[in-house]
Amino acid sequence: MSDLTLKDLYFKFRNPETIKALANEIKKEAKNLKEDLRIMEICGGHTHTIMKYGLKQLLPENISFIHGPGCPVCIMPKERIDHAIALAEQENVILATLGDMIRVPGSKSSLAKARANGADVRPLHSTLDVLKIAKENPDKKVVFFAIGFETTTPMTPAVIKSAQKLGLKNIYFHINHVLVPPPVRAIMDTGEAKINAFIGPSNVSVITGTKVYQFLVDDYNTPVVVAGFEPVDVMESILMLVKQKVSGNLKVENQYKRATTDEGNLNAQKLINEYFEPRDFRWRGLGDIPMSALKLKDEYKDIDAEVVFADILPNEKIDDHKMCICGEILKGLKTPKDCKVFAKGCDPTNPLGSCMVSDEGACNAYYRYDRE
Amino acid sequence: MQITLSFGGGGEETNSLIHDLFYKNFSNEILESAEDAAVLNVNEKIAFTTDSFTVSPLFFNGGDIGKLSIVGTCNDLAMMGAKPKYLSCSFIIEEGLEYEVLEKIVLSQKKELEKIGVKIVCGDTKVVPKGTCDKIFINTTGIGEIQKENISAHNIQEGDIIIVSRDIAKHGTVIMAHRYDVETETKSDCKLLWEEVESLIKNNINIKALRDATRGGISAVLNEWSKASNIAIEIEEDKIPIDDDVTGLCEIFGFEPMDLANEGTFILAVPQNEVQKAVEILKQYNQNASIIGKVTKGNKVILKSPYGSKRYIDLPKGELLPRIC
Amino acid sequence: MCLAIPSKVLEIDENNVAKVDTLGVIREVSLDLVPEPVEVGEYVLIHVGYAMGKIDEKSALESIEVYKMLAEGAMSEEYEIDPNELATSDEPLLYKPKGENE
Repeated sequence: MSDLTLKDLYFKFRNPETIKALANEIKKEAKNLKEDLRIMEICGGHTHTIMKYGLKQLLPENISFIHGPGCPVCIMPKERIDHAIALAEQENVILATLGDMIRVPGSKSSLAKARANGADVRPLHSTLDVLKIAKENPDKKVVFFAIGFETTTPMTPAVIKSAQKLGLKNIYFHINHVLVPPPVRAIMDTGEAKINAFIGPSNVSVITGTKVYQFLVDDYNTPVVVAGFEPVDVMESILMLVKQKVSGNLKVENQYKRATTDEGNLNAQKLINEYFEPRDFRWRGLGDIPMSALKLKDEYKDIDAEVVFADILPNEKIDDHKMCICGEILKGLKTPKDCKVFAKGCDPTNPLGSCMVSDEGACNAYYRYDRE
Repeated sequence: MQITLSFGGGGEETNSLIHDLFYKNFSNEILESAEDAAVLNVNEKIAFTTDSFTVSPLFFNGGDIGKLSIVGTCNDLAMMGAKPKYLSCSFIIEEGLEYEVLEKIVLSQKKELEKIGVKIVCGDTKVVPKGTCDKIFINTTGIGEIQKENISAHNIQEGDIIIVSRDIAKHGTVIMAHRYDVETETKSDCKLLWEEVESLIKNNINIKALRDATRGGISAVLNEWSKASNIAIEIEEDKIPIDDDVTGLCEIFGFEPMDLANEGTFILAVPQNEVQKAVEILKQYNQNASIIGKVTKGNKVILKSPYGSKRYIDLPKGELLPRIC
Repeated sequence: MCLAIPSKVLEIDENNVAKVDTLGVIREVSLDLVPEPVEVGEYVLIHVGYAMGKIDEKSALESIEVYKMLAEGAMSEEYEIDPNELATSDEPLLYKPKGENE
């Protein structure tokens, strides 16, 4: 075997000949399926890969995709975004968050609009930048609006630890980290989407390990293949799911062996458990799901923005725009094309719902790659 | 030394700025006659265009705002088959800008002007209070003599072939890298394009349409052409030349190279029987000149993957932000 | 679900911060979250300024070998995929000079 190069890690997993060969294999195997395969790809990144590389077009008719809720921006209810805006509008507060959040519409405004009106809003592409901003602005309060599933979660306590080490006392955290298993369970409990296979998230699994999806096999008799995020990974995973269904031998399989294990990153898990504990959370479109998100433990209430700034954070629960069906899309019941306002009033520059804002959102992916 | 408000006041400081910096470096008879307006002789039908330059950072790998201010406008003229001849140049300078910075910019402009003998024949200078402009804005307006008529986005027909002059997205990538403080060796493709265009014209290539792919990248141009000529354009994804460095930066930030700006890269539409000749000519200037697609019936821009799937390419929308999660 | 990209470790400093190369782009990331020791020349997955974990090179190479065999095997048999089912058009996309081979 030759040595691995960096380019191999990208392009060998996008190789056109491999994709064609896998498509061929899938077509052969899928002939033996007793029922149509309805695969939910949980993760928004996988939705993006499927749409960008046009993978749907390579599959036989008895395999279809149901887009999952794995987009941490899409599932953010408007009231949480209103929190971010309220914080940003405080004098002497710098509101920092990860890129996509800036454009998501809250009930009346967005962080982008708040910024245009003079609020100090900083989109980051590295959580570590929070430390830099805090150091450079000692007289300001830096609030980090933390979002993300398990992939992005450990970076927050890592930064908290670093802030403590550096003696930075002007950083606060508004935690909106969410977990993958609870909403997936909630979707399966309704039974409406009729999902009979799952493509498990790539990078969430690097942190959690593949073991966290065992409940889907045990409680719902549904196979899971944890897939890498490149088109070859997704195609190989589909083939693995087809084979499982045909053989009847259902389990959690790992296609993304180069980066994930059963157990996951125990360091990261330990760090998360040190600082956070689970809480109930209201998910956009999915409603209240118990123990589906994280919050800072009580002993960290001094840096918990929801405690420190409690008096300025709005309390109302806000419903979606009447015409927005993001909720049903996130549950896998409808596709963007079923939406009356898709591309007719709702588009990436004027999003009515968060599925259109985020690059991980199904509506955004359809708008970019599959619009007539 | 800093440029203060008095430099724009019209008095002695203004005069010395104009003479010592602008006249000295842009030296030509028309400019130095210092009349209220430049009097010009033009022999052919002319093309006339304007562009304003507000790029940040002012200096980047492969260029600066000065170079851009000449290249941008001259290329717009070249894209109409017009040889750039005369430019106007207006500066809006933020109070406090270092004189050396302005000088560096002007010297950069001088270098570009000399490459194809274009003259700045008139101009204007304003200095504005701090905070009312971001360091320096430049506007250049240009006149070119048309050497080949009828180059137009409305002329493209079914069967025409689309060629790109070199690898794409270098300029946009460099600016993104600067903005997000990421180290890269990539250089902007910022370059005057008249030589290439003149070569195509002199070799009698029947150029149907020509456009440099600036803001919005080749996605924007292809969509504009599709709409203007009411045609569909099919692009083969694996034929688009993209440098490894550009690929790397786009991976990190989640951008599509086709959406990123170029300042020295253009695409053209030519009839099938002229393609080989056109590519040969362009390859003399850059080895990466490539056929990337063809024109068909319809009204969308379609990207075809090498393994049989396709998707539509749309006009890039909104502010480009890095994809995180 | 979140954009995490493979990168090669070029240098590691005393604060456990690594300089990594992502297809030619050089950046700094923290190695604090990686459970095993990381060495220069190894590959890591990076996300929002941190390395999340190492890439198992052996596993990656094994996958690549399998894909190679799959692609080679597939090329020698007749494809069952009906070209009409795919999105490509019938005629050759690009201009082919008369009388010349591809």
